[in-house]
Amino acid sequence: MAAPLLSLSRCCRHPVLLLSRCLLSSSTVSKAPLHTRLLLYLTKRFYDVEALLTWTSMFKKRGVRKKNAYYGYTGSFHGPHVAAAYFILNLKGGFRYRGRSDWFHAEKFDWDFINHKDCPLEEIDLSYTVINCDGLGNFDEEKSLRTLSLKACPEVDDWFLSRLHVFQDSLEELDISQCPRITIGGLAALRNLKGLKRLDVSSLPRIANPGLVVILLEEMLPKCHVIADGYEFDAPPKEEESGHREEMHR
Amino acid sequence: SASCSSRAVRTPRSVTDLQAQLTSIKQTALDALPGSSWTPLQMNPNLPPERADIVIVGGGVVGWSVAYWLKQKERVRGGVKVVVVERDPTYSRASTVLSAGGIRQQFSLSENILLSLHSAHFMRNINDHLGVLNEDPVDLQFNHSGYLFLASEDVAHIMEENYKTQRYAGAKVSLLTPTQLKEKFPWINTDGVALASYGLENEGWFDPWTLLSAFRRKAISMGVIPCCGEVTGFQYKTNTVSTREGDQVILRRIRSVKVQMPNSLEYQPVECSIVVNAAGAFSGKLAQMLGIGNGPEDSLTGISVPVEPRKRYIYVVHCPDGPGLDTPFLIDYSGVYFRREGLGGNYIAGTSPLEAEEPDTSDLEVDHQFFVDKVWPSLCHRVPAFESLKVSSAWAGFYDYNTFDQNGIIGMHPLVNNMYFATGFSGHGLQHSPAVGRGLAELIIEGGYKTIDLSALDFRRILSHEPMLERNIV
Repeated sequence: MAAPLLSLSRCCRHPVLLLSRCLLSSSTVSKAPLHTRLLLYLTKRFYDVEALLTWTSMFKKRGVRKKNAYYGYTGSFHGPHVAAAYFILNLKGGFRYRGRSDWFHAEKFDWDFINHKDCPLEEIDLSYTVINCDGLGNFDEEKSLRTLSLKACPEVDDWFLSRLHVFQDSLEELDISQCPRITIGGLAALRNLKGLKRLDVSSLPRIANPGLVVILLEEMLPKCHVIADGYEFDAPPKEEESGHREEMHR
Repeated sequence: SASCSSRAVRTPRSVTDLQAQLTSIKQTALDALPGSSWTPLQMNPNLPPERADIVIVGGGVVGWSVAYWLKQKERVRGGVKVVVVERDPTYSRASTVLSAGGIRQQFSLSENILLSLHSAHFMRNINDHLGVLNEDPVDLQFNHSGYLFLASEDVAHIMEENYKTQRYAGAKVSLLTPTQLKEKFPWINTDGVALASYGLENEGWFDPWTLLSAFRRKAISMGVIPCCGEVTGFQYKTNTVSTREGDQVILRRIRSVKVQMPNSLEYQPVECSIVVNAAGAFSGKLAQMLGIGNGPEDSLTGISVPVEPRKRYIYVVHCPDGPGLDTPFLIDYSGVYFRREGLGGNYIAGTSPLEAEEPDTSDLEVDHQFFVDKVWPSLCHRVPAFESLKVSSAWAGFYDYNTFDQNGIIGMHPLVNNMYFATGFSGHGLQHSPAVGRGLAELIIEGGYKTIDLSALDFRRILSHEPMLERNIV
């Protein structure tokens, strides 16, 4: 931090500076830890602290962007499927080729996956990775993808879901539980996946009324089994609830 | 008694009053001494600065987008001093906040398609662009439900041509036959539909107020000066030149903008080098203050800015049996449109009236008979479930309608060479605003378009009477 003589102290330019509980993320109810509050206090008063924090967030975003780059160089040597496979392994995910029963996972990394050129991917597991909307560009050639698991991915948001229409003919299972950025607007984008048989939307923190959302999803995708655990559905008396549900269905 | 004892404990009221008076007398005396900041001549703190580099007239989404991008593209911190002048801070008549908020790539002009596509990419990473440290992230509430255009037999070929243009420009659109349409959306009555065009990605609707506030917040944090006032005049230099044919052409150069304070006669002339006209539906009136259009009919000076306000109604209807979560923004070939609003069975519907039946634009009163006569029959015909709907509310807003060819006018005016226009979008201003702001900022700061070439949307086409018609106007 710069010496007090050199640092420029600022006065608040805006009438209201909302004190977010966590830096650059949506608010939680509990109070932020002491070091976060101290950083926020200093940011409002010193330009250098603000610049440091801006750079930190910029570097983090740049890291995520680099991880989601387009693997065109690998693709030019080994073909699009191996490139997609390499991309998944670099993100610490796992996948299974069509026609084979063994999974390739980043934890047991083995260069053997290169040998299966021209073998499309059938199941992809990208749970807990930083895949985002741009990374989906690596999967444009995967026309026979059947399962996609995106559990608790912090960068999966509504725009990601809107890009899933490229798999509309083949995708059968989709797991987007615990993704913190998905809202109802993105769930409307799943309308194109008419072949979907299993959809897991458990514990999505930004869905305000989960019961209604589940009903609407079941109506939108009639052949799909929607799993929605981890919510506290309100439990009014049984007769009222069933009557209410009938009205919605009709 | 109890009151006597309590009175003995408290300080008597006369003494407290005296103390307060003594403190205020001391403060006034200190103020009057030299070295204090008190002055008997109080200046209105809301006046805009006396000098600025760029004055943007109009605080709607296009105006604030231009302001943000100007600040984004300045190479030096504080390099450009931008002032945004908005006369109504409540935005009661602004087109931005009264809009239906849709964004689509299904246009026939490739410039429009690219503008929407780039704006959608901007909104995808909106927190990288408009995120302010320590403030809540921007949540546009974007519904990715897509647009669905229906075409009858006679316009199906136009839809196919547009489809090719859209795919070529990079939009993700698909064509559907009536059977496929019925399979996808069983609640549609496909009677009379020959072809349908359905957007798969980057299409839907969002909250226009959030976008406006995000642009505003970020621009102010970068140093743009907002000003609440009305532009009532300009001070300009005139130069007369003669063309090859011997006609006299009057060239004007704006020296300062006269900004008048609300409900007051006080005004401030802001000396500036560039003025951006982003006044939306009222841009034509603003241009008239400069004398654009006051000339003989068949000369260059006689051509006015062809933007005027047109009133459009939007009705909120409630229908519990209506289509579900996958309802797209449906636009019928008769001009009627509707989209889902929220999850409670509410929808927003409207249509554009015929040229001859344009409603009066002096106020924003809603004509409910218009719904019954023009909107409801087509709605019921297309979606039979809407026969049992109820209108819950309605509002009206202005389109900044370009009477020449219903496409935006972006660029410099040829006769007033420091006034730039970003207006006349006829209903698409909101969805094009991020890309238009960037294009205009590139034009002003870098001298030319760098990302999308918008030179086809210049003012020149109006002077040479060559309209660039957009065939997919809603």
